[in-house]
Amino acid sequence: MSAPATWTIPEVRAALDARRISARELVKDFYTRIEQRNPELNIFLALSPERAYAQADKIDAAIAAGDALPTLAGVPVAIKDVISTHGIPTTCGSRILQGYRPPYDATAVERLERSGAIILGKTNCDEFAMGSSNENSAYGPVRNPVAPDHVPGGSSGGSAAAVAANLSVAALGTDTGGSIRQPGSFCGVPALNPSYGRVSRYGLIAYASSLDRIGPLTRTVRDAAIVMSVIAGRDPRDSTSASVSVPDYAAGLKQSLHGLRIGIPDDYFGEGIDPEVRKKVEAGIALLEKLGCRRISIRMPNTDYAIAAYYIIATAEASSNLARYDGVRYGPRVPGATLIETYQKTRGRGFGAEVKRRIVLGTYVLSAGYYDAYYLKGQKVRTLIARDFRDAFQKVDAIVTPTSPVPAFRLGERTANPLQMYLADIYTVTGSLAGVPGISVPSGKTSAGLPVGLQIYGPAFGEDRVLQIAHAFEQAGGNDL
Amino acid sequence: MKISKEDVLKVAALANLELSDAEVDSYRGHLDDILTYIDKLNEVDTSNVEPLAQVVAAAEDDSALREDVVVRADVITEVLRGAPDPEAPYFRVPRVIEK
Repeated sequence: MSAPATWTIPEVRAALDARRISARELVKDFYTRIEQRNPELNIFLALSPERAYAQADKIDAAIAAGDALPTLAGVPVAIKDVISTHGIPTTCGSRILQGYRPPYDATAVERLERSGAIILGKTNCDEFAMGSSNENSAYGPVRNPVAPDHVPGGSSGGSAAAVAANLSVAALGTDTGGSIRQPGSFCGVPALNPSYGRVSRYGLIAYASSLDRIGPLTRTVRDAAIVMSVIAGRDPRDSTSASVSVPDYAAGLKQSLHGLRIGIPDDYFGEGIDPEVRKKVEAGIALLEKLGCRRISIRMPNTDYAIAAYYIIATAEASSNLARYDGVRYGPRVPGATLIETYQKTRGRGFGAEVKRRIVLGTYVLSAGYYDAYYLKGQKVRTLIARDFRDAFQKVDAIVTPTSPVPAFRLGERTANPLQMYLADIYTVTGSLAGVPGISVPSGKTSAGLPVGLQIYGPAFGEDRVLQIAHAFEQAGGNDL
Repeated sequence: MKISKEDVLKVAALANLELSDAEVDSYRGHLDDILTYIDKLNEVDTSNVEPLAQVVAAAEDDSALREDVVVRADVITEVLRGAPDPEAPYFRVPRVIEK
């Protein structure tokens, strides 16, 4: 029997069904590992043992009574700290929300728990999900479990690292410009950014509302499919959640890839891509061809403008969303002589450097005289990028790219130049702007042993297709390339 | 130079953000880099392009609409517990109106 910490969701279920372990014992096993590893890796910001053991006892009682178990019964999961959890500290990796305990659960959390999942705690992330390395957390960076002197990626670095370090079976992350997929790639775990509107954002603390999404990071693609079937679907509390029916994603995995057309955008393999990443992704594409996919060269001519459009739109929305942190309703207050001065001091000291930088940029692009030149222009270019995807999906069933142009880098290596950090988001922000689903699936390692991710994009609400391809890739040894 | 120190201060005031002198200097440089980079959007002809504010396809039915019914939330006590200076059922703030 393999160690419980490495189990997939079906393996957890099999062990519980066979009574080889109880849910309580399983939770205890994970908390023991977390105690051992967390001081070094800094993955968890808060643990919720009371709630976890109470849920485990419920599952164990159901097993003892011979009741039918729900889909995720006894599965330990970790939740990114920007997702609200009732009574469990939720800081968004920021000082400005230190000590905040939400009075309600996010819909995704509620659905996980209703399906029997066990919430272990909250994972570290870049402050308000703004960053690509986890170095923007007010509580210190997460270390990459694969190479602890390297970053885990961001902003869902804690969630990716929790799965990679076997400190949870699955995790929820959030993705605005790549924040699920890129850390998935850096830590070597499958990571799915669903279509915009596929998973309710109710209870997700907003960064950029037209881009934010919740999705799973898991040990296998099948596990991602299982979690998706639980968390996806219309929620009356999020008016942007779509009324599109949710398929049984796991059931769709077994279909053959034969005859599927995969588009390879020439525009994604230009300058800036690490040669080893390129080699692995090329090998990944060759593997997909061996599995029956037909490779088609495509153009996505507006790719080069995606970063600029993204950083206008995301920071504009952020500057508005983050106006609510004013030291009145939650978090610490830094008192000033007047109310305005209280706002200014609270925000000035409560937010970290990257968040302030983005608020200043976002306020600038929205301010009188610049709105048309920046914000409106950015939204028009967003139309063109969405059109690139729409046109591509007329010719192909999926688009295959690298997830990130580079593998995980060393802590501190890239903090001096924010623009350089932004530019590395190129392959993920395009799909974010277009609203389409994308998965990062492990595609081997560089000679230094750092994971590489292959990204598969599908058309809006085509998660089933994306998961199907990723699953076949994984089963065919995609990670041993 | 696209952005001056005064621009940064003006925007920080709009955003109710206190910045140190060092922060103003460093952000000015970063924003200058970023705005210069963003200028590449001027290469794109968008004269006949509609802006895209969000990707949700306009619902073909009324599924995004719901009945406007009152639901009890009962969270006041819990919400106030997290506030820095609560006085039930209010949040207390420094004086806004002079006597």
